[in-house]
Amino acid sequence: MADTPSYGFETLAVHAGAAPDPVTGSRATPIHQTTAFVFDDVDHAASLFNLQVFGNIYTRLTNPTVAVLEQRLAGLEGGRGAVAAASGHSAQMMAFHVLMEAGDHFIAAKQLYGGSLTQFGQSFKKFGWDATTVDATNVQNFRDAMRPNTKAIFIENLANPGGVVVDVEAVAAVAHEAGVPLIVDNTLATPFLARPFEWGADIVVHSLTKFLGGHGNSLGGMVVESGKFDWAQNDKYPSLTEPNASYHGLKFYETFGDMAYSVAIRAQSLRDLGPALSPMNAFLILTGIETLPLRMERHCDNALKVAEFLEAHPKVDWVSYAGLKSSRFYDLGKKYLPRGAGAVFTFGVKGGFESGVTIVENVELISHLANIGDTRSLIIHPASTTHRQLGEAELIAAGAGPDVVRLSVGIETVDDIIRDLDQALSRV
Amino acid sequence: MDHERYDDTYIRAILRETKIIAMVGASSNWNRPSYFAMKYLQRKGFRVIPVNPREAGKEILGETVYASLAEVPDKIDMVDVFRYSEAAGPVADEAVAVGAKILWMQLGVRNDAAAARAEAAGLKVVMNRCPKIEFGRLSREIGWMGINTGVISSKRRSQL
Repeated sequence: MADTPSYGFETLAVHAGAAPDPVTGSRATPIHQTTAFVFDDVDHAASLFNLQVFGNIYTRLTNPTVAVLEQRLAGLEGGRGAVAAASGHSAQMMAFHVLMEAGDHFIAAKQLYGGSLTQFGQSFKKFGWDATTVDATNVQNFRDAMRPNTKAIFIENLANPGGVVVDVEAVAAVAHEAGVPLIVDNTLATPFLARPFEWGADIVVHSLTKFLGGHGNSLGGMVVESGKFDWAQNDKYPSLTEPNASYHGLKFYETFGDMAYSVAIRAQSLRDLGPALSPMNAFLILTGIETLPLRMERHCDNALKVAEFLEAHPKVDWVSYAGLKSSRFYDLGKKYLPRGAGAVFTFGVKGGFESGVTIVENVELISHLANIGDTRSLIIHPASTTHRQLGEAELIAAGAGPDVVRLSVGIETVDDIIRDLDQALSRV
Repeated sequence: MDHERYDDTYIRAILRETKIIAMVGASSNWNRPSYFAMKYLQRKGFRVIPVNPREAGKEILGETVYASLAEVPDKIDMVDVFRYSEAAGPVADEAVAVGAKILWMQLGVRNDAAAARAEAAGLKVVMNRCPKIEFGRLSREIGWMGINTGVISSKRRSQL
């Protein structure tokens, strides 16, 4: 319901949410490094606490620098509103917190970042939130896993690390049949490559730490809502539709309509769980986002060339990159990621676990570390690091078997990246 | 008139030309949306006159409550409808009768027949929107809560 002129993606990446500072005229977004904000008077304070006027109270709830970043993401995703978090993991926790009660259930793709599988399977269990994981390459699996107490479906549209592209439109249809929202982790694609709301997703979550920030210098997370989900179509979401005791009986959906979910996350989850993003990190991530379109083009170009090089290499068994014609996800990639299949993918090296270790220990330009989405090229052997907590069967299900090496291709000169991989592979 | 989407220029012009708002369905309950929408609009310089037959004669936020639009002694620019969609029909006819220039139906309120009658009488109509939210959006205040205003400007913040 934004009723606004539509700007191009590159314009939004630079401008959405930002404006010259009204007092000083500063053109760059100021870093509001403050914990709290003064009230005009007691009545103003009361109105703020009761969510009756717009304004700032305390940086755990809102901060003007962080708010620019939130609007930036909402603009780039084509969403109604957004709430920032200290990390992608805390954003995920908040995305569920408003939807779930103890004893509730959600369905998640098996093909997820290993840290998400651990968060869902271990820590969420302590809250009484029960997750079923299913193979996302068969949409029927989501339908079969649906229960009366299911509150959401969670997927990565471009899954880390396996290069799996999920049929978002079909999964959204399954979610909506059951009257639950589809949550999509759009971290690997970024809104430059894929906009899940256009395919029926209701909520998008991000680790801003990756390509959005893009420079490997700041953690951050985000929850974005489409504003299109009808929270009153069933009685599954009392945090949104029932009177809230801590706000004198206010009903979020009735009062805030198409932005109720993001206001509720802020007023309930951010308030009570507390994972606020620091203004400094918001500033650094905002600066990164200004060049997102330029960087993603280079990331994708380089990734495709590196993937083609590896696919032709005699010591490589397979390459799982949706941008390659050999990928079983090539066609879905063309539909959902027409501008490129991202820059994170896996390949299988001959010789298994030991060969994987040899490669990551012998690269010289590429950095061996547990992150993705940096300007720098990064490499990791998931079985010995990020996915260590998983058992053998889970490793293979998550696309992180013993021979798997994950690359996050940076924006360096592509020939230099290829040369480095070539010399490391020569040690195998 | 397309009532699915409104241009920013249309909403902005309405909010700029409005001085006096008659709020039909105003509540004296401090925690109802109509009450704090009224309070917000007062702070932004609008005069808001509450209309509600059940509260007639009382005061809300310093303003006398009237039983009907016809009883309001002042010249009304905008009639803001905080009632369910069917009830917006008679309110639209009263708005025409008192010479209001704008008929505004709140978020969740939509009555196309009423809108057509009001438009035929020369009124501008907005449906399924909240003037507080729209004011907050166009002034970019609502962005402080991470809401997408859609507004891009290289100027220092203006009131509207």
